[in-house]
Amino acid sequence: MQLTGMQFTDTSAFLGQDISTFPEYPAEIRAPAGTVAGVSGFQLHFGSKEIFTPGDFYDVIVVMNAAALKVDLPRLKKGGVVIANTSGFDSKNMKLAGYPETATNPLEDGTLSNYQVYKIEVTKHTKDALKDSGLGMKEIERCKNMFVLGVLFWMFDKSMDFTIQNLKEKFAKKPEILNANITALKSGWNYGDNTEIFTTRYKTTAAKLPAGVYRNISGNQGLAIGLIAAAEKAGLKLFLGSYPITPASDVLHELAKYKSNGVKTFQAEDEIAAICSAIGAAYTGALGVTTTSGPGMALKTEAMGLALILEIPLIICDIQRGGPSTGLPTKTEQSDLLMAMYGRHGESPLPVVAAASPADCFDAVYAAVKISLEHMVPIIFLSDGYIANGAEPWRFPTEDQLAPINVKFTTENNNPEGKFLPYKRDANGVRPWVVPGTKGLEHRIGGLEKQNETGNVSYDSMNHEVMTKLRAEKVAKIADSIPLIKPDSGKDKAKVLVLGWGSTHGAIKTAVLELIDEGYDVAHIHLRHLNPFPKNLGELLHNYDKILVPEMNCGQLLQLIKAKYLLPAEGLNKIQGMPFTTAEIREKIISIYNA
Amino acid sequence: METVTENTAPVKLTAKDFTSDQEVKWCPGCGDYSILKQVQTVLPDMGGEREKYVFVSGIGCSSRFPYYMATYGMHSIHGRAPAIASGVKIANPDLNVWMVSGDGDLLSIGGNHFIHMMRRNPNIKVMMFNNEIYGLTKGQYSPTSQKGIVTKSTPYGSVDEPFNPAELALGAKTSFFARTIDRDPKHMQAMINRANGHHGTAFVEVYQNCPVFNDGVFFIFTEKETKKEECIFVEHGKPLVFGQTENKGIRLNGFKPEIVELGNGITKEDLWVHDETDKTKAFILAQFADFSTPDKHFPRPFGVFYREDRPCIDEQITDQISTVQAKKPRIPLNKILSGDKTWTIV
Repeated sequence: MQLTGMQFTDTSAFLGQDISTFPEYPAEIRAPAGTVAGVSGFQLHFGSKEIFTPGDFYDVIVVMNAAALKVDLPRLKKGGVVIANTSGFDSKNMKLAGYPETATNPLEDGTLSNYQVYKIEVTKHTKDALKDSGLGMKEIERCKNMFVLGVLFWMFDKSMDFTIQNLKEKFAKKPEILNANITALKSGWNYGDNTEIFTTRYKTTAAKLPAGVYRNISGNQGLAIGLIAAAEKAGLKLFLGSYPITPASDVLHELAKYKSNGVKTFQAEDEIAAICSAIGAAYTGALGVTTTSGPGMALKTEAMGLALILEIPLIICDIQRGGPSTGLPTKTEQSDLLMAMYGRHGESPLPVVAAASPADCFDAVYAAVKISLEHMVPIIFLSDGYIANGAEPWRFPTEDQLAPINVKFTTENNNPEGKFLPYKRDANGVRPWVVPGTKGLEHRIGGLEKQNETGNVSYDSMNHEVMTKLRAEKVAKIADSIPLIKPDSGKDKAKVLVLGWGSTHGAIKTAVLELIDEGYDVAHIHLRHLNPFPKNLGELLHNYDKILVPEMNCGQLLQLIKAKYLLPAEGLNKIQGMPFTTAEIREKIISIYNA
Repeated sequence: METVTENTAPVKLTAKDFTSDQEVKWCPGCGDYSILKQVQTVLPDMGGEREKYVFVSGIGCSSRFPYYMATYGMHSIHGRAPAIASGVKIANPDLNVWMVSGDGDLLSIGGNHFIHMMRRNPNIKVMMFNNEIYGLTKGQYSPTSQKGIVTKSTPYGSVDEPFNPAELALGAKTSFFARTIDRDPKHMQAMINRANGHHGTAFVEVYQNCPVFNDGVFFIFTEKETKKEECIFVEHGKPLVFGQTENKGIRLNGFKPEIVELGNGITKEDLWVHDETDKTKAFILAQFADFSTPDKHFPRPFGVFYREDRPCIDEQITDQISTVQAKKPRIPLNKILSGDKTWTIV
């Protein structure tokens, strides 16, 4: 189903439509097929206007069995379309889906009387179409999805060419499989064309997106190539130390492909070794990166403290998922913000940035690398399962459009009076980066508190306070180099402001734009920089009568905002492992607006 | 145009060149002083530029070591030195990476990193100062403490079975294992030199006396009265001989070592001849203590137990990159940004 979804998505994107996707699959690799737990879904929102979310409710659902119908029917709009594979509704599948023995087939018993139902014998038609293919039953069964894709392409009047080309590339060495897939795809199309069960065909024109060259991108892909781009622009080698964890592993997979560009990936023995190897690499002058999700972040905290006190650059990427503990590995949440802010012992502030959408993962991590390298500080980049796996069209930049990243290794003694001072700072509070191998500047660094400037071990009480403040000031000064914040939608002053961060961007933007259209005096500000905040944030927030902070947590940004700016902001919180719907946000804005 | 010719002849470094300006703060009488001295003595003869040396350590008394070396160095966090050192070496294989750790740091909190480092075999020299005690936390038993030891955390005696570092390292596929001791500077220097010459992870266990919390635990291996009976110094190609007058030896009966008295028809020819490349025999050496019975007490082996030349992960990662690059040119950044499939909106 994931493959079918991807193909439909890529075709839509290629035709210039705007898209937003949300794959949803079980935590188990092969959860029992036919059961509710085993439903693997792919949600796609496409159209000829700008789209910011995968959508709240479905217009069309394709269900291959009874379990899928059970899971997805609640979110189908009244009057919506159900395309059902009838053989997925036999007694065996009904039982697997957990219907009682006495239950009747929902395709037949009037359950779906408020919907347009298209019953297709997908399994049978696929078998018939491929009976001479020479393939075994199991392989033929696998082509069912292509048949359905063919039907959908017909229904939405989309060309099959893009998918056929993809299949040719994918199965170049397996001609019999290739032919079977193409046959199944075309049979699906012909089925739509020849049978008269469908009364309507839909045509979508291209969306009015800004002119330019686009590609499709998922959040984790955006993150991976953002890291490569930043390393290249900084002139550094990229080193990733990582340990497999859902939903972050794809970044490791993606970066492991770039051997031709000298990218070094190291699959460590655990999360701690992953970050520690990246610290070792950063110490030698590489762009050190570690990628993980919540449980891994918890394990890395001590090493983050080391990187912080060493004052070396390091990129720590947390693709958040539902917690605590193992929690909901494949579901999304924004509940690691306070951990990113405070989850280390001692006084240990770190800069934090968060990505707002799949494509924004590229921009946000690029910005994070620039901060980390130019300020000699580890940085935490937050994404989450929703945007990491979701995809959207991306008007990608060219190399020369990317901001320069200035890295200069120090090779000269900075102390005319004596020995090199590894912790002597510049005006931004930034210490020099000297890599081992630099003659004459040999020095030792470590996790013990250091004497100011010399970096020698110091237990002096006043020195500790000085160093604690210097490290905090360095992070605070980053605010001087980040852009001032302005509303994403709406004006500088309004009755209600919706303040968001991270992956809630699409749902908030959609809701706010709709309400502005309808005449509401509302605005949307979305934060990329969570520590430090943009310098003008406090001033700007005071321009709004009411502030709503929607978060997929119990109110973490809300706490930060209230504590810092002493504002009576209000939260909208969802902890269901699922992103907000636009409707949920709309409803809350209206209720605050009218209160 | 004036040409300036620089004097490029290598300047001979001395121990002083490897000594930092920091005051050494180990307890008086600590075995660590000797280890520091031997390393600083041997390093100048190894060639190589001082700025290429990186000493990485974890946490513990031993791990203060990098502060006293005038090279690059990092005193990191408890147990994680193997992971950090691996990152250093993989990111820049040109560096000469040394790691210093203790029995608690490396085998307890860092045990996981230790075994994985052994199997991956990065070209790093590892010195583990084994004093069979936690020193810096003031005297708790460690994973190498002998069973029954009375410490602050085991007032009725420890009930933990200790690790045998040699056995553990060999089991984890170390490519080099040597054991030496703080009070035998010559032997230690020789072992440091052997470790330096090894291509791959060279693991050197140094028996080190903690005069404060575990004083004398290795004295039978260092004091004149007992040393010759209790120690056996193994050398490649030489028979295993020990004893007050070199009057004893070790003979192999199948896989079982036996202590024999030389004479009465038994000559050195009958003894086990040490072969550093024989892993099975290295395991037997490692397990000498386990073969001891109340009436047959085996000496403790010192020296290079085992060595093996096998690929290092740092080189393999670099080589793999070169192999891929030979077939597939560097992808221009613009191509990475655009990906394979794009569309244009006008």
